Amino acid sequence: MTILIYAEHDNSQLKSETLKLVTAAQAIGNDIHVLVAGKDCTDVARKAADISGVSKVFIADNAAYEYQLAENIAELVIELGKDYNHILSAATTTGKNFMPRVAALLDVAQISDIIAVISADTFARPIYAGNAIATVQSADTIKVITVRTSAFDSASEGNNAPIEAVEFVTVSNNSEFVSAELTVSERPELTAAEVIISGGRGMQNGENFKLLDGIADKLGAAMGASRAAVDAGFVPNDMQVGQTGKIVAPQLYIAVGISGAIQHLAGMKDSKVIVAINKDEDAPIFQVADYGLVADLFVALPELAEAL
Amino acid sequence: MKILVPVKRAIDYNVKVRVKPDNSGLDLANAKMSINPFCEIAVEEAVRLKEKGIATEVVIISIGDKACQEQIRTALALGADRGIQIDTPNALDSLQVAKLLQKVVEEESPDLVILGKQSIDSDNNQTGQMLAALCGLPQGTFASVVDINDNKVNVTREVDGGLQTIALTLPAIVTTDLRLNEPRYASLPNIMKAKRKPLDVKSAADYGIDLSSKLTVLKYEAPAQRKGGVKVADVAELVEKLKNEAKVI
Repeated sequence: MTILIYAEHDNSQLKSETLKLVTAAQAIGNDIHVLVAGKDCTDVARKAADISGVSKVFIADNAAYEYQLAENIAELVIELGKDYNHILSAATTTGKNFMPRVAALLDVAQISDIIAVISADTFARPIYAGNAIATVQSADTIKVITVRTSAFDSASEGNNAPIEAVEFVTVSNNSEFVSAELTVSERPELTAAEVIISGGRGMQNGENFKLLDGIADKLGAAMGASRAAVDAGFVPNDMQVGQTGKIVAPQLYIAVGISGAIQHLAGMKDSKVIVAINKDEDAPIFQVADYGLVADLFVALPELAEAL
Repeated sequence: MKILVPVKRAIDYNVKVRVKPDNSGLDLANAKMSINPFCEIAVEEAVRLKEKGIATEVVIISIGDKACQEQIRTALALGADRGIQIDTPNALDSLQVAKLLQKVVEEESPDLVILGKQSIDSDNNQTGQMLAALCGLPQGTFASVVDINDNKVNVTREVDGGLQTIALTLPAIVTTDLRLNEPRYASLPNIMKAKRKPLDVKSAADYGIDLSSKLTVLKYEAPAQRKGGVKVADVAELVEKLKNEAKVI
């Protein structure tokens, strides 16, 4: 089984999703190659070569790949991936964007968002916002798969796989990058954090999210939000945890002023320990919380920041 | 300009689905069905573009058995002009749907196709991208802003790190995210009017697409249920439990 993994990165840092992809790939087979496509991404390729279990790293370093435009990336992945048995990417907004193009142009189905490898052709994936798990078998010659990385552990580091440059490039004439507004934060990324504290509609406004700062600082936590808080404009979209936002599984998840709509639970219910702080004792979030505190968050949060 | 909006009949988002005891599928008997929420946002966006005078015609397409005509009528009641149903068995995979849609795109030559980014049943998030690839068209997925200027569309996309804006040359494919718009409710007069709008029914055989899938679902299972834990009296007890019982801080 030869497996090609598409590395998740931002041209300077390799994202932890890539290490989790390697773990998923190891459950399929052991000839694992990683493709790093980007611009000025040599450091990323070096980090990828350091992941245990990786036997080769390809680097496609070209301006055409700087912003991960689906049209350009898909052509590259097809050119390189057409001789592999499996092509894997993370089910991030990057992977979700280009992978279906790869599948369609290879004339194979795609298996999205897998949470377990049953065998080389059979995988488990959640459907209906996680209300059911389907075990899916693929008869396609190339399996194109996106992986819910929160379901897999990180592979270890300490390797020195060879790095090979890929010159192939196609540039789409009808799609171009205009601008990006990326959130800059000193905090860990949601999908990589050990601890997450999230606020919901109960926070009442964006200013009140500062109440989470002290706690996040003390716990080294990432900060998240429910869809309701994002829709209301309290915080930006990249903080959304849930079925259509980010899927997370930290050691500790603290939900503050979040009622616990099923779409939110779908994004965080695999966290090891869940804490809910909500003044409504009937809020559904308490049904999944290991520790529930029925309290006014405006009283409880300063107390918690103090107590930690 | 002409806009094509594919819509999917899916379970209503308020319905709690359960796996059948024999793991053969989901118990959907008598469940309320609706337009998939992301598809509804796509319809709304197309109708708004028509109201702004940018679009001249909004065509709805749905693929499935006769029941999906209900969702086409709903979209027509929201302001679309005409509908097409391709009569097929339900539960095709995304690639088959994309191949059928590709034929419709060839027939209709829309300037823009707007789809939901994913359906809330199969949760695949594939069809729009596959359609774009098969048609050789550019794509703007997970759109929160769609801005059309001459022969270009600027799409602001919700990405993991924040927002990204790209410019696509028309014709193009756009898939919607939650915050693109808030769909309207259909008024009773518009629901009545929608009944008289044209709706063509075609069969998959008209398009010569192979509908056999390479994917087989072997079983469906209920996810592991999380048990609710304990209520703590105050912050002090919470911190004590997290430190000494859960040992996570």
